Order: sequence, then structure tokens, then C-alpha cells
Amino acid sequence: MSYSKPQLFFLTALRLLAGWHFLFEGFIKLLTPGWTAQGYLLSAQGPLAPLFQWLGNDALIGVSDTLTAVALSAVGLTLILGIWEKAGAYIGIAMLTFFYLAHPSWPGKPASGPSEGNYFIVNKNLVELAALGVLAWFPTGHLLGLGVFFNPQNQVQHG
Amino acid sequence: MDKHQAEQGASKGRRKALKGLIGLPFIGGIAAGAYAEVRKKQQEKDQILRELNIEAERPEIASDMSGDPIRIGIVGNGGRGQHLVRVLGFATSAWVQAMQEQGNTGALEAYQHQENLNVKLTGVCDVFEVNAELAQSASPDCKRYRHYEELVNSPDIDAVVIATPDHWHAPVAIAALQAGKHVYVEKPMTHKIAETYALREAARSSKAVFQVGHQHRQTQSFITAQDIIRKRVLGHVSLVQANTNRNSDNGAWQYRIHEKASLQTIDWALFLGNAPRIPFNREHFFRWRKWWAYGSGLSGDLMTHDFDRVNCILDMGMPRFVTASGGIYTHRDGRDVPDVFQAVMEYPEFTTGSSREAGLEKGMTFVYSATLGNQHWRETLLMGHDGTLELGNQLRVHADPNSTRYQHLIENGVIDPSVPIYAYDPASGNADGVTSATSKYFAQKGLLWTYRGGKRVDSAMLHLREWLGAIRNGTPVSCGIEEGFEEAMSAHMAGLSWKLGRRMEWDAGAEQIIALPGEDLDAMLVAPGRVIAGMMG
Repeated sequence: MSYSKPQLFFLTALRLLAGWHFLFEGFIKLLTPGWTAQGYLLSAQGPLAPLFQWLGNDALIGVSDTLTAVALSAVGLTLILGIWEKAGAYIGIAMLTFFYLAHPSWPGKPASGPSEGNYFIVNKNLVELAALGVLAWFPTGHLLGLGVFFNPQNQVQHG
Repeated sequence: MDKHQAEQGASKGRRKALKGLIGLPFIGGIAAGAYAEVRKKQQEKDQILRELNIEAERPEIASDMSGDPIRIGIVGNGGRGQHLVRVLGFATSAWVQAMQEQGNTGALEAYQHQENLNVKLTGVCDVFEVNAELAQSASPDCKRYRHYEELVNSPDIDAVVIATPDHWHAPVAIAALQAGKHVYVEKPMTHKIAETYALREAARSSKAVFQVGHQHRQTQSFITAQDIIRKRVLGHVSLVQANTNRNSDNGAWQYRIHEKASLQTIDWALFLGNAPRIPFNREHFFRWRKWWAYGSGLSGDLMTHDFDRVNCILDMGMPRFVTASGGIYTHRDGRDVPDVFQAVMEYPEFTTGSSREAGLEKGMTFVYSATLGNQHWRETLLMGHDGTLELGNQLRVHADPNSTRYQHLIENGVIDPSVPIYAYDPASGNADGVTSATSKYFAQKGLLWTYRGGKRVDSAMLHLREWLGAIRNGTPVSCGIEEGFEEAMSAHMAGLSWKLGRRMEWDAGAEQIIALPGEDLDAMLVAPGRVIAGMMG
């Protein structure tokens, strides 16, 4: 896939920014001693609340915490490095769907905590989810990222 | 390949490498940023925790429950009595069935997994046949005694649990202690002033173990709060506020009247005891908390919880002055105890220590405020010059923006007064130095449950266990006769202040509530409603 220069610039910027966000969240969770998503999961709202409360129970919470932190970091790495970005974007979309459904910004559902903005159905999780969809279908890693080394069109011709 | 081609190739290679590795610097930056962020937070947290030096959990006093089972008699097997008997290990089949019907598997599991306290339920005395039979259905060894005197003097009883209406607490407890039986008596410890002295005398002169049923003494967060006061985290506490907010019939003591209640099933004369003789009255029997003749109103029934909660943390003892006000504003149903009630207790000499110049800070007021017509949650707050403690099942300490002790840390930005400097959630077993707004949002309170090693336990079970441990091993109890004396006397002062419409004063030297010449304070305390002229009812 080839892009005009502005297309490539903004798509790559979007990839790096989303990757930054995921990777930083993942690293903070991995590095913070005693970090847990238990409060977040147990206070889940919406139709899937029982599922999240199950994921947050004492027996499973260790697995849920590790998976969350590792998956966030992995998604961040694929986007920033520009390799396997489609897989990374899909995992990211799945995670954001979970985050959105755990505390949906629907009328009548209480917020999970003090909010920095005002949301009606659409919140930042949903916007980032759509952004990852764009990144999955408009990849840039083969032009600016580790994908360059695996892109046959980019092989330097020798002699 | 000529030189030019080679240079072109090398340049292409470099460009390709640059394009391919565009993400790497970002990863380095993000990793460094995350590490610095976590390290900074951890250092701030460590600095605050070092400064506060609070001991979140102390090791339990080991209670060896082995040996011969302790044989227990229950006097008063109503709602509270049945709860106490259940945490001792004797749930009725009716309760098990009710929990199954309600789908309350949590309560059933908690009951099945509760610790074996190695006790037998060998006796019950209840003036209502149905309640006595319930105890017998829970334990095959349980014998019914028609009169409490027979129960406390029985050779088959080692220890007595008293959960009668308030006016029977002291008479039964004194009889049991005089018979050499260990006593666990529900709050308020007494109903009148004179019997408070008599019970203290009986407990002091007996070798038996005496415990008042303020189970929140076992609440982990309150034990942590004691250390917070010891470490002078709050500075000089000048104001304490505690509250009761309820807005339900059950909360206003409108209990269910049992369909089997009649003169055939209830020993009415024994129920009345030292209360005025009146004809059989089902409502008085089941809703006795609504009348001074048997109960103690908000001051004895609910303020005692909060008084003892604070007393177990501050150990402030008897107030010098008590002023109370309120009325019957939400349940004008014939009751004569107030349903909206405020009491102000003054402690002019009390201090929790000061971070300021000597002599500047001394004295504290405890304000209790209650309504049975609104259930909006109000925090229990201990307010000091250096910080405020929010007290519930979880704890939060906020530094005061004008604190002397934390001035330096606030100026350095280590402490943000808008965020708690200490939060303790016994459910997680972790103490947290700096908490987020979200964790604050998740906080909650409970009086019935507490936590040990992160596990939820019934605090009444722990309180009974402490009493049984004291009987077996001679270990101390946390709410003995001295604590009970302070709880009961301060409640009597508040009740009297409401009834008499004046400030009551405690004479610490003579250990007496000061009465005017000719006043019989006990008669006034149990008289219906208010006794001041023009303010009857």
C-alpha cells in the first residue's frame, strides 16, 4: 500500500501516539508494585458486569492483572515498532471493547470515578478503538517501522 | 558495482535502517518515563509512610480454644441473641432455610467456614416460648430455664450471654457474676445509673470474665486508628463527629410482631421486670426500643456504638459536660424516645498531643448527630490540627493544608492535602501511601464485618472469641467493665440532658452525674418522654 506524504505522516503519527499510550499504560502497571485492576473490575457496570466481576474475583485477579499489563505493553510495542501492527491493533480493539463495556458511558450508568470530561455514549476508549481500526487497515510499519526489513518491495538491489 | 553505486547502496541502507528503527527511541523514552514516574510515586509514598510510621496490622493475641468446651447459656434469644448464638456455632434450621430461600450463599458459606470456638449451648432463658424453642432447635444440649436466676445458678452453665432488652442487662449480669459465671452483655451495658455502679462493683469483685458486646472493638481499621493516634498523625484532635442516619421501619425499631405472641406464650410479668406494670402489650414487647421503660433511645441504643468506637481509639473516657437536644420528628407513632437526637460531649482537659507550642492546644468536643428519618451517609471524622481521619471499615487520613507537622512536606509537593496521605483497606491487606481519587470512590464502610488477613469475618464472632479466649487463657478483653462504665454513664448523661433540657455535668472526683437537690436522676431517666415542664413527649 502506498500513501501520499501527508497520509503517511499522519497515519504513522497516529500509530506512534496510540502505541505510546498503550506502552506507557502497560509499563506503569508492570512496574507499580501491587497494581491491580480489581476495584475497576468489581465495580463494572453494564450488561457484562457479571463477566468482569468474575475476572476480578480473588482466584482470577492475578491472571487478569498480568494479562492486562502484558497485553497493553505488547500492543504498544507492535504499534511503536511497526511490526505485526495488524495483530496488535486487533488485540487493542478487543481490550478497548472490554474497557468500554466495563464502564460504558451510557446514560443512567454511573461513571467509574471522577471524570475529566463529559461523555454521552462516545468516550475516549471508543475513539481510540476506531483509531486502531484505521491502523489495522492502513498499515504503515512496512514503510516506517521494523516492517521495512521484511517488505520485499524495499529490498535493496545489489548489482 | 562502481563506487557511486556502492555509495548509493550504503545510503539506501542507512535510510532503510532509519525508517525501520523509527520506533526504537520512543520505546527508550517511554520506558525511562514510566520508570521515573513509578519511582517518584514510590519515593513519595515511602517518605509519607516513613513519616507517619503507622502499624497497619498487629499480630493477633493467640487464643487457644482447646480443652473442655465452655458451656454457654443465652438469656434473651431475640434477633440479637440469635445472631450471637449463631456466631458461636449454633444456627437454627429456620435461619439456614431463610438464607437458602433468599439465595444468600455468602452468609451460609461464612457460617459453615467459621472457626470452631469449642463451646456448647447448654441453656436458654427467654420469656417468649418461640425464641426459647429456637435456641433448643439449634443445640440438642440446650435446656430451657423459665427464670434467669435458675440459668445463672445452674451447674451446667459456665458463661452467660445476655441479649435481653436494656432494662434487664444489669440485673441478669449482676446475678450471673455473683454466681461466678462469665458474662458477655450487649450494649448499652446498663439502663440506669445506680445499677451501673452495682454492676461495676459485681464485676470488680468477681474473678469471672466480663465483656460488653461492642464488637467493633475487633474492627481491624479501628485497631489501626489507635496506632494513628499513638503516632500523633492527626496532631491535637479538637473535634470528633459521629452520626447515625437511618430511614427505614426496621432502623426505627418497628420490628415484626410475631403472630404467636400472646399471654400464653410470653411471660409478661418477667419481661416487665423493674419497668412499670402495664397490661400485656405486643408492641411494647417486640418494639421495646421505642420506650424509655425498657430501652434507652438513640443515646443508649445507637450513640453508645459511636461513643465506644471513638473511646476505643482515643480512650477519652468520661466527658465533663453533655448537652443533648432533639425530638420525635419522624416516627410519631406513640414512642417516647427521640428519633432525631444530637449530643455534644465536652472534654476540656483532653489532648491527643500537639505539634505546636506548648499549652496552645487542649480540649476536645465529641458531637453525635442522629436521625431515623434520612439515611444519607455521613462520615465519622476525627479532626486534628495536622490531619483528619475518616473512620469506617476503611481508613483515610488527610493532611490539613495548615498543618504544622506536614508543612514542610506540603511545601515540597510530597503531600497534596486534597488526596489522602494514608488509606488503609483491611480487605486488601495493603497499606497505601498515596491513593487515587478512584480508590477513594471505591471506599466503603461496615460495622458488622471486619477483616483478618484480608478475609471477611463477623466482628461479633471475634468479640465473643476474645471473651472465650480470656476465660480459657486469662488474656485481656477489649471492652471490660471500665469501658462499659464509661459507655453507659455517658449515654445516661446524654439521655438525661435530653429529658431535662439542661447541660449535665460529671463530677470526676466523686464519679457522679451532678444532680440538683431533691432530683432522682434514675427516675427521670426511665420516665416516659421528656420531664421538663412544657416539653412532655
